[in-house]
Amino acid sequence: MITTQDLVVSFGQGLDAVHAVRGISFAVAEGESFGLVGESGSGKSTVLRALAGLNRNWTGEASINGLDVATRDARLPRLVQMVFQDPYASLHPRHTVDRTLSEPLEIHGIGDVAARVEKALANVGLGSNFRFRYPNQLSGGQRQRVAIARALMLEPKVLLLDEPTSALDVSVQAEILNLLRGLRMAQRLTIILVSHNLAVVAHMCDRLAVMNRGMIVEEMDIATLRREDPTQAYTRQLLLASKGYDREGAARLVTYD
Amino acid sequence: MKPLLEVEDLRVSFATPTGRLDAVRGVSFSLGRERLGIVGESGSGKSLTGRAIMRLLPPAARMEARKLSFDGIDLLSASARQLRGIRGARISLVLQDPKYSLNPVMTVGEQTAEAARIHGGVSAREARRKALEMLEAVRIRDPERVIRLYPHEVSGGMGQRIMIAMMLVPEPDLLIADEPTSALDVTVQMQVLAILDDLVAKRGMGLIFISHDLDLVGSFCDRVLVMYAGRVMEERAARDLAAATHPYTQGLLRSLPRITDNRTALPTLSRDPAWLDA
Repeated sequence: MITTQDLVVSFGQGLDAVHAVRGISFAVAEGESFGLVGESGSGKSTVLRALAGLNRNWTGEASINGLDVATRDARLPRLVQMVFQDPYASLHPRHTVDRTLSEPLEIHGIGDVAARVEKALANVGLGSNFRFRYPNQLSGGQRQRVAIARALMLEPKVLLLDEPTSALDVSVQAEILNLLRGLRMAQRLTIILVSHNLAVVAHMCDRLAVMNRGMIVEEMDIATLRREDPTQAYTRQLLLASKGYDREGAARLVTYD
Repeated sequence: MKPLLEVEDLRVSFATPTGRLDAVRGVSFSLGRERLGIVGESGSGKSLTGRAIMRLLPPAARMEARKLSFDGIDLLSASARQLRGIRGARISLVLQDPKYSLNPVMTVGEQTAEAARIHGGVSAREARRKALEMLEAVRIRDPERVIRLYPHEVSGGMGQRIMIAMMLVPEPDLLIADEPTSALDVTVQMQVLAILDDLVAKRGMGLIFISHDLDLVGSFCDRVLVMYAGRVMEERAARDLAAATHPYTQGLLRSLPRITDNRTALPTLSRDPAWLDA
């Protein structure tokens, strides 16, 4: 469903150029949920933004369902949608939920707007009484539900999730993760989930790639992660550090370049 | 040994157009030379509790307590001058976001050394030396270069370590750290915690560690207070956090995904209104 080959993303030019993604290749099958894990600056979100068409300054190959992402093919937005990390920043503060959810339909000339908005709200567990509220009248978890509903308005096959729960409280995180799992099954979505949280990826994905400094360190399936049996030292260290504080462990940490 | 800090029946409320909002509702605890964790979700009152100890609340807040004493000093009746002598020098506060907490128009070196000059009463040369030493202690590579940088020129993780260094320069007796590592990568987080750990162990500093991360607090602190809606739901030794008895704590722990488990759905938390009166 999704393939990338030698994807390179750089920012800036000449001597100031920063190579955020330095040649990565991976494939995600239809219906699969794929995790991209890494620390800040590893390039994981940059990969996602390139696939979503938000950043067009890249080289290499990337295609989704046979469509070249480098083109501005009008079918791409109907196929791929994205949910962002911060639900406080990703919704227009002066647009009601109704307007936020109607907009993709109007842009793509899809009718039956009211019924579709109501159905989208129900799908993400919000009642129709939320339809005419503004984002400031919603909690963080409710906002993220609206952002997910917006991403699903065009009935895409692929959902790109950029740290969808890291701005939320843990009890709300559980609700959103349950919702995403349910939607994935109901709508047979293909998912790429970007996260720094290995436990969230273990819960949501079938397979994952670990990134560091713009490159993929290793790919593994979730069973390998659950056995805590990665092959690379970088991943082992990441796993150890995610398990909580340990004085001796902290003293042994090394920096991988 | 007398506790370093004693808090009894601390209350913080705000007057809002729709009536009084009680944000902290009767919190009591005492702290020795140890690592005390305060965990809770947003709105639980954990950050306000930390700020109330510093007497650094927004003007609209109303605060009262039966007792608030630090090393024998009554913080409730202390004058503004006395409080200025305590804040920064003896009780320090590390905030979550370096983007908003560092001074954008001062170099890292100037603002780190300022803490030593004001609170330590030392010469500019000595202050610079202390600043460099502390930046090195928080694992900043090449501190000689970093002290010449402005906050916008450093990464978030480095900014957070700079802020911690700055707060530690005056060698406080009590450090209140409000989500000091939430913005950091897990490996950097471990290194920063190791620094705080050593300060508690070697210098006998008291530490209040405010966080939403139960696993982190459980593995790092000695004792944990679990807060919900402005109250302490439960107090436990950190290593026994997994054996928590309060349904709120249990609910939080269960709602966390784990690397090793393969549950298909995570249990969500149902909040019992009775917790508010408990």
